[in-house]
Amino acid sequence: MEFITQHPVLVVSLVKIAVLLFVVMTALAYLTWFERKVVAHIQSRWGPYYVGAHGLLQPLADGLKFFFKEDLTPPASDRLIFTLAPMLALALALTAIALIPFGPPSIQVLGQPVFIVSNLGVGLLFLFAITSMGVYGIALAGWSSNSKYPLLGSLRSSAQMISYEVSLTLSVVGVVLMAGTFSFNGIIQAQSGAIWHWNVFGVRHGGITQVVGFLCYLIAAIAETNRIPFDLPEGETELVAGFHTEYSSFKFAMFFMAEYANMITVSCLATILFFGGWLSPFPGTWTWQNYLPGALLLLTGIYTAFDTFVVLRGIARLQFAVVTLLLLGGGVICLHPAVAPVIQGPFWFVSKVFVFIFLYVWIRGTLPRFRYDQLMSFGWKLLLPVSLANLVVTALVIVFPWLGAHG
Amino acid sequence: MSLPLLLFFVFAFIAVVGAILLISAREPIHSALALIVVMVSLALVYVLLGAEFIAAVQIIVYAGAVMVLFVFVIMLLNAGQEERTDWSRMAKYAGIPLAVIFLFWIAHWMARAAVGAVAGYAPGESYVTPSTTADLSKLLFTSYLLPFEVTSILILIAILGALVLARKEDKA
Repeated sequence: MEFITQHPVLVVSLVKIAVLLFVVMTALAYLTWFERKVVAHIQSRWGPYYVGAHGLLQPLADGLKFFFKEDLTPPASDRLIFTLAPMLALALALTAIALIPFGPPSIQVLGQPVFIVSNLGVGLLFLFAITSMGVYGIALAGWSSNSKYPLLGSLRSSAQMISYEVSLTLSVVGVVLMAGTFSFNGIIQAQSGAIWHWNVFGVRHGGITQVVGFLCYLIAAIAETNRIPFDLPEGETELVAGFHTEYSSFKFAMFFMAEYANMITVSCLATILFFGGWLSPFPGTWTWQNYLPGALLLLTGIYTAFDTFVVLRGIARLQFAVVTLLLLGGGVICLHPAVAPVIQGPFWFVSKVFVFIFLYVWIRGTLPRFRYDQLMSFGWKLLLPVSLANLVVTALVIVFPWLGAHG
Repeated sequence: MSLPLLLFFVFAFIAVVGAILLISAREPIHSALALIVVMVSLALVYVLLGAEFIAAVQIIVYAGAVMVLFVFVIMLLNAGQEERTDWSRMAKYAGIPLAVIFLFWIAHWMARAAVGAVAGYAPGESYVTPSTTADLSKLLFTSYLLPFEVTSILILIAILGALVLARKEDKA
């Protein structure tokens, strides 16, 4: 106990990191389940169904499978870098998430904010620094495999990530100008008020809508994370599986997890920069919104209870009964007057991030892949000029406030 | 030993090891990786000194952009292992003593400078004031405006030069 009171920063930070790691790892696992389910329903299929009720234990089975598969290392590969590349990819992807604030800094334990692991003054820049390192994981994986398809895939990927990183960075500078700071908390607090103060609408004094910046960011972010329709580095029809062709077992799983972690990071960033982070869309005087998370959990619990008692049979019924109990119990806890205001920040943050994750999956289920020359000319000839123009217009509005909105 | 000091020694050690690996590695891509390690650990030392902005820019520009191009070119050209010769006699008899003298010289000056810097501060007090990005940009766009603009013109010239060199010759 004495150690805890003497070193509150160290102890609280370590606990926060451990909890965040656990939550993110679970989220990554269930993101694969979510993606498979949504894409399946887009294509009129059921998706994973047999391992657990509604396939809920599928991520666990997949994880076990990855873990026990044979770990192949091609004899002609560069062993050290071949092993290092997936670790680098995953470590950088997870580090980036530690910079994200999930709730307001005012909620504290032992004088330390609960929902913020690291509050850097240059948080946004640091995040870009980490994501700009992310290209090494892919580039080195392709090179060290000493095989033709992975090398081509990683060359494509490096070129693509360098090209779109420029637009990605430029598209958010408008937001930084409007907030006057690189810190995530500063950027979020500059958007406080109500939904129309968020940067994407920008109706506040001297502000201008950042919807152009947001669209540029969204496109560049999808390209940065190598997702459909920009997943040329792993285009199956041309490159087998691109940079991770030679990878198997847990090393492959690490690339997989890194891709999903990057997806979460860019969704979090979109939420913070353009959609007010952990801010509620409603004015602070509407106190009923404190009971929204609990009510939503209870409603979902009632739905799963219906599924448990009416639709499902056998072991699936038992599994879904556990899910129902968890949802209902969580709902009751969230309705408690002491808990309800505390979880407001994380609730809104996670809800907004979830919308972006769904958008990602939706796009994957809808759009075909770009051709490589289309990708490059789109990035350099359209996205870059548009994000530059957005930056110039935003700067003009900040210098001459009468040009902008008067909210 | 305080935590920042301990961290400084850790990162400084990593930087030095990285620098040695950079020279001794035979595979060009291993050298490039070692250089990235050096740059990142230098950035972490900057963080310890309170220069967060410089640290972030160091990683974005050097580790994230310049070195990516290095790695890209090495991969594209498929550069093989470096060929080694024996140590030249010049390096053995003149180089090593000179390096040792040079190191002592640097250490001497650093020790003197550190004594002067610490003198005015109470023990445990941080002797660096963290510089915010706003302060830095204010200086950059007032006192150092001319060097800043001249540098940007220099970079523009470099871009134009690269364009001219990379442009395909007209067939006509």
